[in-house]
Amino acid sequence: MPKLPSIKKVLVIGSGPIVIGQAAEFDYAGTQACLALKEEGIEVVLVNNNPATIMTDPQFADHIYLEPLTCESVTKIIKQEKPDGLLPTLGGQTGLNLALSLTEAGVLDQYEVELLGTPLNSIQKGEDRERFKSMMIDIDEPIAHSVPATSTKEAIEFADQTGYPIMIRPAYTLGGSGGGVAANQKELESIVMNGLQLSPIHQVLIEQSVKGWKEIEFEVMRDANDTCIIVCSMENIDPVGVHTGDSMVVAPVQTLTDRQYQMLRTTSCKVIRELGVVGGCNIQFAVHPERDEYVIIEVNPRVSRSSALASKATGYPIARIAAKLALGYHLDEVLNPITANTYASFEPAIDYIAVKLPRLPFDKFTDADRKLGTQMQATGEVMAIARNLPAAIQKAIRSLEIDVDQLHLPSVHHLSNEQLQLQLAEASDERLFVIGEALRRGFSIETIHGITDIHPYFLYEISAIIKHENDLSDRVWEEMEEKDWLKAKQLGFTNKTLAKLFKVSEHEIAAEISHLPAYKMVDTCAAEFSADTPYYYSSWNEMDEVEELDGSQKTVVIGSGPIRIGQGIEFDYCSVQAAMSLRDQGIDSIVINNNPETVSTDFHTADHLYFEPLTAEDVIHILQKEQADHVMVQFGGQTAINLAEDLKNAGFHIAGTSLSSIQKVEDRDQFYQMLTELNIPHIPGETIYAFQNAHDAAQTIGFPMLVRPSYVIGGKGMKVIQNENQLDEYVHELEHELSANSIYPLLMDRFITGKEFEVDAVCDGSDIIIPGIFEHVEKAGIHSGDSMAIFPAPSLTEKEKETIFNYTQKISSRLNAKGLMNIQFVMDEATKDIFVLEVNPRASRTVPIVCKITGIPLIDLATKVQLGEPLQSQSYTLGLHDDIPYYTVKMPIFSTEKLSGVDPITGPEMKSTGEAIGIGKTVPQAMAKAFHWSENKGTAPDEKDWILMTGSLADDNNSSQLCTFLRKAGINIAATHETEQTLKHYGVEVAEILTKEEAKDRFSKKTFTLLFTNQMEDSFQRELREYALKKGIKSFTAPETLTAFLMASVESLHPPFSIQNYNNLIDYNQTEKESV
Amino acid sequence: MDEHTGYLTLNTGHVFEGKWLYKDDQTEGEMVFNTAMTGYQEVMTDPSYAGQIVTMTYPLIGNYGCNDWDNESWKPSLAGLIIACPFLNPIHEETKHSLQEMVNRHNIPTLYDMDTRALTRIIRKHGEVYGKFTSDPNDFPAMKEIESDIVRKVAIKKSLIVKPENPSSSTQKIAVIDFGYKHSIVETFRKLDCEIHVVPFHVTWEQIKEINPDAVVLSNGPGNPKDLMYLFDNLKPIINHYPTLGICLGQQIIALANGAQTKRLPFGHRGSNHPVKDLTTGKVLITSQNHGYTVDEKSLHKHEWKVTHLNVNDQSVEGMMHRYKPIMSVQFHPEAHPGPMDSFYIFKHFLALTHTKGEKQHA
Repeated sequence: MPKLPSIKKVLVIGSGPIVIGQAAEFDYAGTQACLALKEEGIEVVLVNNNPATIMTDPQFADHIYLEPLTCESVTKIIKQEKPDGLLPTLGGQTGLNLALSLTEAGVLDQYEVELLGTPLNSIQKGEDRERFKSMMIDIDEPIAHSVPATSTKEAIEFADQTGYPIMIRPAYTLGGSGGGVAANQKELESIVMNGLQLSPIHQVLIEQSVKGWKEIEFEVMRDANDTCIIVCSMENIDPVGVHTGDSMVVAPVQTLTDRQYQMLRTTSCKVIRELGVVGGCNIQFAVHPERDEYVIIEVNPRVSRSSALASKATGYPIARIAAKLALGYHLDEVLNPITANTYASFEPAIDYIAVKLPRLPFDKFTDADRKLGTQMQATGEVMAIARNLPAAIQKAIRSLEIDVDQLHLPSVHHLSNEQLQLQLAEASDERLFVIGEALRRGFSIETIHGITDIHPYFLYEISAIIKHENDLSDRVWEEMEEKDWLKAKQLGFTNKTLAKLFKVSEHEIAAEISHLPAYKMVDTCAAEFSADTPYYYSSWNEMDEVEELDGSQKTVVIGSGPIRIGQGIEFDYCSVQAAMSLRDQGIDSIVINNNPETVSTDFHTADHLYFEPLTAEDVIHILQKEQADHVMVQFGGQTAINLAEDLKNAGFHIAGTSLSSIQKVEDRDQFYQMLTELNIPHIPGETIYAFQNAHDAAQTIGFPMLVRPSYVIGGKGMKVIQNENQLDEYVHELEHELSANSIYPLLMDRFITGKEFEVDAVCDGSDIIIPGIFEHVEKAGIHSGDSMAIFPAPSLTEKEKETIFNYTQKISSRLNAKGLMNIQFVMDEATKDIFVLEVNPRASRTVPIVCKITGIPLIDLATKVQLGEPLQSQSYTLGLHDDIPYYTVKMPIFSTEKLSGVDPITGPEMKSTGEAIGIGKTVPQAMAKAFHWSENKGTAPDEKDWILMTGSLADDNNSSQLCTFLRKAGINIAATHETEQTLKHYGVEVAEILTKEEAKDRFSKKTFTLLFTNQMEDSFQRELREYALKKGIKSFTAPETLTAFLMASVESLHPPFSIQNYNNLIDYNQTEKESV
Repeated sequence: MDEHTGYLTLNTGHVFEGKWLYKDDQTEGEMVFNTAMTGYQEVMTDPSYAGQIVTMTYPLIGNYGCNDWDNESWKPSLAGLIIACPFLNPIHEETKHSLQEMVNRHNIPTLYDMDTRALTRIIRKHGEVYGKFTSDPNDFPAMKEIESDIVRKVAIKKSLIVKPENPSSSTQKIAVIDFGYKHSIVETFRKLDCEIHVVPFHVTWEQIKEINPDAVVLSNGPGNPKDLMYLFDNLKPIINHYPTLGICLGQQIIALANGAQTKRLPFGHRGSNHPVKDLTTGKVLITSQNHGYTVDEKSLHKHEWKVTHLNVNDQSVEGMMHRYKPIMSVQFHPEAHPGPMDSFYIFKHFLALTHTKGEKQHA
């Protein structure tokens, strides 16, 4: 059947800010869908308030709304745009939930919007556990015994019948948020209470535990004609018990016989047909390790993280095809874009193994509980492809970027055998390394299997790595023949590891390894059909399949690897835009990345895509193979820039800003020296290389100080230190966690209180373009990634702007910067002096926002500059641009509720996982849109609300401003004694003064709806914050954020306005030069 | 594990170095590849691979070992096996022996540690390729085609009878004419409560009449269907008299026996992921396939035959049916093993056809 003729305009709902459980995979899905729809001549309306996404760039949809993802907001958009159809299954849980509420509110009926793809009823049958269960019983398919519970009492009754352990799954929550396995009644009570709180319908499912069974997933596609195919099967190395998002996963399934595989395949098709899914669907099974028995764990009738993984693992573009099916096409009418001569109605056959490892945030959250369970905690993931499992595992390990490039983690290496045994028993982010270490110590596979329930097949394959490592360490490098080192390379050993094993230099190893890896193609069909997909992975001692690019110039863009706190989807935006710019310029583009969730690893993005780890060795191999003219390291975040030195030393040309300039801003001493020479004030600071110099340096600098290790991402390990004691404690703590060469050089700076500003400039060595200045809402001391930021800066005078411009210009010239540069400034509260805090010689977190808000394609300009085209000849006004006629607020979004043990207070170390945007004609309007980012987030507090305030409010303007808003808001205030004093000082009436005990008691009774605390070290406050987090009480940890919230919450929201319309308000005569 | 070097030489001039999994064991065969990711044991025991060296494109083979009930024949008939990375320590609840034991027990010449993808591309490019396993890289295959009498080597010598799972008064008697049948075909009929008589491929009209079956099945099997034309005088009356189902080679025989033509596919269909469109329902089925020849659609007599199934990718004939006689056939394997069970309904349709026929005869 061809496309539905009545559908001419379609609304796509995005998934909003990145949170744990909902990350870049939906940008990938949404971008694919938008492209697929546009290909069919459909007018696309998109709503998504995540400004870092690729899908929200104007070229991907006709009308893009960076507007709140609430029923109210989307209703207004529907009213305005009058779409014919709505595609709800590509925006994750957020998109589905919104589609549900729009339907329930009668909005879709009222405006005659057709829900495309999977019918709503199917979605509900899949999502509502009770309905799903009864459907499964109807079609005679096994599910775990379970009951829905709305109280702890019901839960306990069921558990008493079924026995422990027992599983708890809250209904309608992201990434299994709030779920868990309880071993006894006490644990059950606590998990159920929390789960009920988190579930929007206050319901949890109490379920017979299948912990320890094999966890198998199928990605299924179905069309309206009832054709059903399996795109990919996946098997979790971690058996049931660890959320699949936190599990090590392989594709395809490895330990099932064909009979068992077909049993699950048949069931998958049966279930998906019964549900009536049109598009993509994910189904998860628990399979008994010793019998042909299985239960269906869950079904996701939409594209998901797993479908993104399946798409990248097979090459089959699920979201793209799902969008076509939603328009009415059948699978056998849609061409498989990979082969271009087979149809989408076949099942991919692959001839390699793909391994996914989760990227967990515990390297940053050292306080967090590293234990993995049914609640997802990973912020991102990596995938590796190889022709054997040991190689795939080793590639995946080094893709994680955790300072490890083999199956060896120093912290695990130091454990005793008893400790190892304990750690094996508990799944954590380190478990793979714990297994490796246990094997190294001679634990048998049977023992490890007994403790972990991990299938022996996987343990054997892991042991193959260790066994080979042992074999190698018995030998001497000089005696290794080609076939010997080839074997090691085939199993995924890096030169670095070989150097360690043979106790020779990496250089000696590299000198001997006379050839490059071969690169194999990912083609969905195991070479059965000819394909010209430019999607490759490395393999050793095999035939190379890369078709040489024939353009006159070849440029490599280095991607940003897994999404982690401090390095998110924004860098994928930058990498993708760079590849697109190259394509527009007729230059062959080559992208290297290893994140399966992203658009950059879509084989359509570049002329060649290499799915490989981003280590110097892996990247150099590709550069040697491709003989690229340039390497771009400015777009892939710190990952890419960190490679610059090794790539340069290997003889490759780093496009744009030179390595020595990069080093000049990344090395504090050189940096401060440069600023001094340029007569730009910098904060008094020193770099120390050993602990004994710390106190001397502190003397010179003076307290408070900001201290952090060099070369960090997202402020990892950064802290404000008030006195000598804290300094000692801080260093000791670091020494405990890191090796000495990661701590030093240690950077110590005077901590200056004041407002922070930031610019993203594109420079060509002489000219610069600054589209505008960001002003942070919170004072210095809170990581820029966790601060709210306003664009353009509302409080700067013309003179101050000029200063910022001049400093930027001077730095750019001195560095001969070519490409992007991000500079952060702080203005001393008292003196109004502007200091340069840091310079990042690369794209930054804010670049995608600037591009979309101002319409200035910074990445495209930067790409051209890096290839030698001066800014003069590009059609944009040079210098600092005039303020745009509207404001934008970037608001950080946190996932802390999913990470137990992490203090949700903001500070110098970044904690947020994503960001939401608000745009408005005034600052309060933009603020209001940002605070209303999701349902019920921005509601104004009134006289029924109570806020508990406890913390230290400085005697300054900001406190006074906060108090003004507190008075206006008319909410009831309770405070602890000291806080009450300050509030009284500013004329705020406190209704109740509470002792700490009273406060805690009252808090647990849930009489508060808001909380203000701001002292990090105070354990009482921390307890309150954690409690607030669990209970969903709005918690503020900086006076400026609370002020902003109070200011915004009383605003009435203006109607939605598309980004295209906003951009039209800009006077382009100012921005864009008259075309000549 | 003995890791001595062995070679695969091809008549295209290519030489691949690998290792013997079992022992140095020379063999020659037609090179084919199978893209299934599970079901290596079923592939290894499928008699249709007689005379062929099978390359598994999925590199990790042997993970779950081999068991006692997934064999598709009593003894593997394939000429040789090529695997990228064999796994030799299987642990699975059903495992009875490892891949290596299976290879040893049945003397299957096997090479591993080879770039199977490069090899697959060569087969795809050249189509008809012959290869040789040898310890001498300069020793090239002499073979030019699969021997014409290959069916005789794999088919049973003496008839056998398989009783239905649940015998009843409605039990139908099915004669399976064996050209190298997969045991799953018989097993499927057994589970559908049929009594199955497996008879040798050279069975005569009289012998069949003696059995007096309700229906006849022409099985799958190896080789070029045209090599079997000498049997058609025997087979034609059987096909025309009894409700008949042809599977794989069976379909090709039915076509040839009815005056149509078969032709060689460029490089065959072998795997578990082949999309086939059922032209009656418009639905696409994912099927298990293993064939190098296909029925030439143009050669079918349109007034007698209709095509019921087409391959979605290359539009080749995947199923056909006589317009007024109860004869139907499929090119794929509805019995699966390995592969999806999407097309299981073919058996039910066929048995329903048999019933209708039966009623008409008795009316």
